Amino acid sequence: MSTNENTESNESRDRGKAPAGERIADWADGRLGIYSLAKANMRKIFPDHWSFMLGEICLYSFIIIILTGVYLTLFFHPSMNEVEYHGSYVPLQGQLMSEAFSSTLHISFDVRGGLLIRQIHHWAALIFLAGMFVHMMRVFFTGAFRKPREINWLFGFLLFVLGMFTGFTGYSLPDDLLSGTGVRFTQGAILSMPIVGTYISMFLFGGEFPGHDFVARFYSIHILLLPGIMLGLVVGHLILVFYHKHTQFAGPGKSNKNVVGMPLLPVYMAKAGGFFFLVFGVIGVIAGIAQINPIWAMGPYRPDQVSTGAQPDWYMGFAEGLIRFMPGWEINIWGHTLVLGVFIPLVLFGVLLAILALYPFIESWVTGDKREHHILDRPRNAPTRTALGVAWVTMYMIMLVGGGNDLWATHLHLSINSITWFVRIFFIAGPVIAYVVTKRICLGLQRRDRDKVLHGRETGTIKRLPHGEFIEIHEPLSQEQLHTLTAHEQYEPAAIGAAVDDNGVERKVKGKEKLRAKISGAYFGEDQQIPKPTAEEYKEITSGHGHH
Amino acid sequence: MKKLSARRRHPLAALVVLLLALAATGGLYAAFAPASKAQADDTAQSLAIDEGKKLYAVGCASCHGTGGQGTSDGPSLVGVGAAAVDFQVGTGRMPAATSQGAQVPSKKVIYTQAEIDQLAAFISSLGAGPSVPTDAEYGPEGADIAKGGELFRTNCAQCHNFTGKGGALTKGKYAPTLEGVDPKHIYEAMQTGPQNMPSFPDTTLSEQNKKDIIAYLHAVNSDETNNPGGLELGGLGPVSEGLFAWIFGLGALIAVAVWVAARTAKAKKS
Repeated sequence: MSTNENTESNESRDRGKAPAGERIADWADGRLGIYSLAKANMRKIFPDHWSFMLGEICLYSFIIIILTGVYLTLFFHPSMNEVEYHGSYVPLQGQLMSEAFSSTLHISFDVRGGLLIRQIHHWAALIFLAGMFVHMMRVFFTGAFRKPREINWLFGFLLFVLGMFTGFTGYSLPDDLLSGTGVRFTQGAILSMPIVGTYISMFLFGGEFPGHDFVARFYSIHILLLPGIMLGLVVGHLILVFYHKHTQFAGPGKSNKNVVGMPLLPVYMAKAGGFFFLVFGVIGVIAGIAQINPIWAMGPYRPDQVSTGAQPDWYMGFAEGLIRFMPGWEINIWGHTLVLGVFIPLVLFGVLLAILALYPFIESWVTGDKREHHILDRPRNAPTRTALGVAWVTMYMIMLVGGGNDLWATHLHLSINSITWFVRIFFIAGPVIAYVVTKRICLGLQRRDRDKVLHGRETGTIKRLPHGEFIEIHEPLSQEQLHTLTAHEQYEPAAIGAAVDDNGVERKVKGKEKLRAKISGAYFGEDQQIPKPTAEEYKEITSGHGHH
Repeated sequence: MKKLSARRRHPLAALVVLLLALAATGGLYAAFAPASKAQADDTAQSLAIDEGKKLYAVGCASCHGTGGQGTSDGPSLVGVGAAAVDFQVGTGRMPAATSQGAQVPSKKVIYTQAEIDQLAAFISSLGAGPSVPTDAEYGPEGADIAKGGELFRTNCAQCHNFTGKGGALTKGKYAPTLEGVDPKHIYEAMQTGPQNMPSFPDTTLSEQNKKDIIAYLHAVNSDETNNPGGLELGGLGPVSEGLFAWIFGLGALIAVAVWVAARTAKAKKS
């Protein structure tokens, strides 16, 4: 901001000594080229919408996690050496525990601000993951993952998955009874892998579980490897957002070729900077009032102990759910056991995430659309995508219910067995019901939009005509509203190309092509979307034939 | 002797005799009273058994049988001991409702402690069993809290959660929360193993162990428990924390985002 003004005023002014700010900027420009960088980017436009700030919540909580995490590393000892506790938490005094656990107690009770920083770190992690989930859903339901943003969708997806594993490794570091149970659970999942499972487990834990290595290893992964990759991905994610420019919702003056909004400097920067402090503030308040992961109440990990209510943090809850509702099947072949009860959930875990990663590519294959899209869809205008998304989220939520089945049972006075059966049935049926219902709702909303465009808004004013008929007065929409409601495109279902080519030679229609036509029909076929009103229809209705 | 007889008509002689007599009576009473009290207790015991039997006939016999031998509706009470009665009736679990769910819940206690003691006396007269513990057994003196924590995590946390918040069992049964439960009842529960709970007789968990566990529970799950981190969120672990993060954490942040987005610099006022 200041640099721009200064260069302009510089020319009109006689050549005195330039102000200090300008001299510093000149110095930096000579070495970093900041003028051209600033010129290119300072007026970068960002559209305003609250849902476009979800990604910022994630970015800021990520920064908060890094800052608080650095503080925690100053006091944490990633060691599994056994020590006797003599700190200030009385109910554990004299107990044997690992150094990791004892140093976490030390952070919680004896380091100034330690407990608050720990709680900020942990709450921020939960919020980071929740923010990414919602951000991803926003991108999904508005179709912001379409060309040219598929790679950025993958970056975001990787951030979510790596965030899950970073969270998991961090949650395991204190070596408390809860997280130790979670590590044991993970080791069980690894062991269930045919052939390689035992080897991976032995490699990861440096021998039999729990061994003496996993805390130190998880520590390296948690503070170095995964956050390093994530930081790189975050930077890449942001560079791509700059490069692609932000998407926007349809509206008057907004097209696929422009971005309408506020410039990066000063407006957006001020808002984003302020928002960072708001995010920090909210997380700080939550960490100040609500306790999280009270490891002192859980006690040190010992493989012979376990507690009920042993769940992972929420982002791993769906995996917990998969294990909890999966029947305990296993096959014994030639002295080898294949634990399907654990292995199938492990596979499903990967499949459910992979679907999420691949969806942009699946949709672009179905639509065959190779154009760039910078205008967002309203979810109702892409009913099949929206329905598929809601089905996925439903499945995810059902798994979360399964993961907390014991708490549902105790708090709603239900039988845990009934809940498990409910989850088993609705793991399949829930997404189907959600798909159908969502699609119906979307189509209903499309019809309503169509009705509003053609007949105007219902005013609620009832008029009685001279001959006694009552009618409701409909108020025509403004030009802007008409544009917004009809700006979306509608695809035609893909047809299978002619079975005979120009020369009359029969060609073989590939199965893939048939499949694509079928899926495309499900997306865009008859009754899968409501044709949006055309200008002709609008003219005909509004050309004053007397009826509303 | 002469001196004494010479003064026997002294005006204060009667007073001296009276004092001596009083002292002798008091001394004798003091010497013999415990014995005579014990004598009286025996009758009180049999009285209590009689009273207990009457209470039993009215409130318990329909399910547990007229002689405590048990029926298809309730188990035999021969040999369960006074501790079991004191726990079951003292926590309101007994008498159970005629139709209950998967498990008999604790309810409002309908008998007074005196009546419970009478019932307990009657039941323990049916066969030997664990007696009601005394304050010295479950009180906090000489308890090792940290040891209690270790024992709790080894023996109890599987069902009752890390700090005794309770948990789910199969088919609607549950391990109840241990918050606000009388230490005596916790002791009796360990001793007698009510409902789905295994029993932990002194051979498994010694008297000292039980005392330690009770002291631990008092330290981590009572009104006096101090949660250094703030709101405990039920003490249920990551599920309630996750819900809280979603609703209050992300919820608040989205509200803030909406607020920030609604306050934008505008080129033109609309």
